[in-house]
Amino acid sequence: MSAHPNFRVDIYQNEYLHQGATEVNAIVTVTSGGVTESSGGGSGSAAAEVIIVDCSGSMDYPRGKMIAARQACAAAVDALRDGVAFAVIAGTDQARLVYPQQGGLVAADVRTRAAAKSAINGLKAGGGTAIGRWLNLANQLFLPYQNTIRHAILLTDGRNEHESPAALAATLAECDGKFVCDCRGVGTDWEVEELRRVSTALLGTVDIIADPAGLEEDFRKMTDAAMSKAVADVVLRLWTPQGASVKFVKLVAPEVVDLTGRRMAKSAQVGDYPTGSWGEESRDYHVCVEVKPAGVGDVMLAGRISLVLTGTGGEDVILGQGLAKATWTDDMVLSTRINPEVAHYTGQAELAGVIQEGLEARKSGDLDTATAKLGRAVALATKSGNTDTAELLSKVVDIDDPVTGTVRLKAKVSDVDTMTLDTRSTKTSRVRKSS
Amino acid sequence: MTDESVVDSGPASGCPDCGAETLAGDRFCENCGNDLLLVSAGTPDTGTMPAPRGCVACGGPDIDQDGFCMQCGFAQPAVRDRVELDLAGVAGVSDKGLRHHRNEDAMALRVTADPSGELAHVVAVVCDGVSTSDRPDDASKAAADAAADVLLVAARGGTDLEDATKDAVAAALAAVTALTGPDARNSPACTYVSAVVAGDDVTVGWVGDSRAYWLAADDQADSSCVTVDDSWAQRMVESGQLTEDQAFADPRSHALVAWLGADAGVVTPHVRTIRPTGPGVVLVCSDGLWNYLPGAEELTEAALPKAVDAPFVAAAELTALAIDRGGHDNVTVVVVPYPLTNSTRSTES
Repeated sequence: MSAHPNFRVDIYQNEYLHQGATEVNAIVTVTSGGVTESSGGGSGSAAAEVIIVDCSGSMDYPRGKMIAARQACAAAVDALRDGVAFAVIAGTDQARLVYPQQGGLVAADVRTRAAAKSAINGLKAGGGTAIGRWLNLANQLFLPYQNTIRHAILLTDGRNEHESPAALAATLAECDGKFVCDCRGVGTDWEVEELRRVSTALLGTVDIIADPAGLEEDFRKMTDAAMSKAVADVVLRLWTPQGASVKFVKLVAPEVVDLTGRRMAKSAQVGDYPTGSWGEESRDYHVCVEVKPAGVGDVMLAGRISLVLTGTGGEDVILGQGLAKATWTDDMVLSTRINPEVAHYTGQAELAGVIQEGLEARKSGDLDTATAKLGRAVALATKSGNTDTAELLSKVVDIDDPVTGTVRLKAKVSDVDTMTLDTRSTKTSRVRKSS
Repeated sequence: MTDESVVDSGPASGCPDCGAETLAGDRFCENCGNDLLLVSAGTPDTGTMPAPRGCVACGGPDIDQDGFCMQCGFAQPAVRDRVELDLAGVAGVSDKGLRHHRNEDAMALRVTADPSGELAHVVAVVCDGVSTSDRPDDASKAAADAAADVLLVAARGGTDLEDATKDAVAAALAAVTALTGPDARNSPACTYVSAVVAGDDVTVGWVGDSRAYWLAADDQADSSCVTVDDSWAQRMVESGQLTEDQAFADPRSHALVAWLGADAGVVTPHVRTIRPTGPGVVLVCSDGLWNYLPGAEELTEAALPKAVDAPFVAAAELTALAIDRGGHDNVTVVVVPYPLTNSTRSTES
């Protein structure tokens, strides 16, 4: 007898449209509670974990990096719950299964954890970087583990130099929906855009660990978070009326991830968007649907948003759902009301965009564009109360007026600060509820 | 569509609730205890009409549990979109109109008879939800139902009906205030107008801009609007700052200066009793009607003499007239023939 967590779906929107308007915007807040009834007597849900650690030659420079990586992997192994199936992969221009040596995954217990840590201790740096090959091996290892929380941690310190971008893209397409992967870049010689492409495709997070000393704590946290997931393979299912089109579907909190292109069509009117695994947590999505205009006084269902558990081999299970409506009115008071949630996340998505564009312009020497974009970012971060991002911006620009976004580019900025801002540009603040 | 919640009863016609045989003069049903001398009807709770022929917009076969077509997404008609009540002694029609997406007007009717079967009292309440407030449709229904019940008890108990009308407004205000959610910025709000016909007297009470009219059947007698709007336009006219034409041409004309709601401040109901000298009808309505037909004389011309004998037909025709002229707002029309008579129900021969 399997129990499913409760998913609460709340919709925030201004459903009133003026005559002729066709765009319906809604913020969908999804909150998942824990599983109320354990499925098999053990604590928590069945899980599989693969730890992928970069062992390319550059990991020896500086000397401490490989040592820190080994300690971080050991900490992740220690954080595994008893019974979780796991493996450790050493990544170079090839992928090598470090533990268990006989292949496949092995259940975590006192003995296997000790054996894994012993194998990790023997890891040495040497060779190139081919992230796609590492992910391919992880994908094969996860294959027998359906109906399970499948999670990977990927650590790298460099660019994907030993395979083509096309090969990596093909691997990401292959791994889509097969497991969730959180990516970490250590040092400053890796590509933010490249690693973000991996984490986005695999519905995980990406972050920079500038100082190798921070790896151990971060790995433990990531593993704890993965162990707290209760349900895998949840999709956001969007029904739209005949003749309507989906303009976009984005995850907007805790970070901005555009899911529009990830649609798996169930029919002309129904599409599924992947959301990965869920523990006790809350996420916000921004759904934008273009509907056919209707007459004043008409009411239309513009979108039915369901969170659906798939991949169990049986029937899909609807965990929760909400409705986005459109009501046409000639009452301007109603149609011009601004929904605070929609406005906030529209701003947060723009914030992520202008930071990335601003940093790109700065890199290519277009300083006017860089100043304008990063100034806009400062204004947006200030207005929305996104203090974390505002703080990161202040390391890249001197701020004369945070409200209007009047800034000057700093003459000297460290790579760490630029990469940290870039990596975390997609992190959003949530709406501050009015009292 | 006649509201199914109508409890249509009367002496010697069998109990409407349990079907048991009743005798003329019975006050209560011997079998189930139902009050046989009372007819109670009004705006029903929210819900969607069954759609035997599929979606009203595209003909699609499947309507989901939320009342939307699973093909084109259109909301199917709600039961409140059009409410028709045709009782002995009073009739009412409430319609969504053409421009609003739902019907935020509500009406509540109560009719009592004496043991001989003669009508004793008619209570009619109309409330118009303020569309910029939260849940205006719930507000109007709660107010109308609460007030009608207070007026019914008072009429049966022989209480002074002007005092009872003030109590009814207080009960309606309490019912609307109780709907206020955690966010009180747009607390639910509505207007109020009631008329109680008991014996020769017609007692009218109001807050806001819903109206009651006396329409005289006799060409020589005067028809008049009994109520005076609590509106910006009325205030401008009364203070002599604008003429009636100027005031009603202003976009602020309909702004209410009094209403029922948590944010209404001190509510002072207006109460008036009239004693007509000849036959006619009491017309109780929302501004969806009088926007198009403000004058008592033009309403009389449109409704009489038919309204005296066929109040339901008259209410339906006045509603249709307002919709033909634009239907810009919800329209609610209640017609009470005066003096009270129970020979008016149009479905009876």
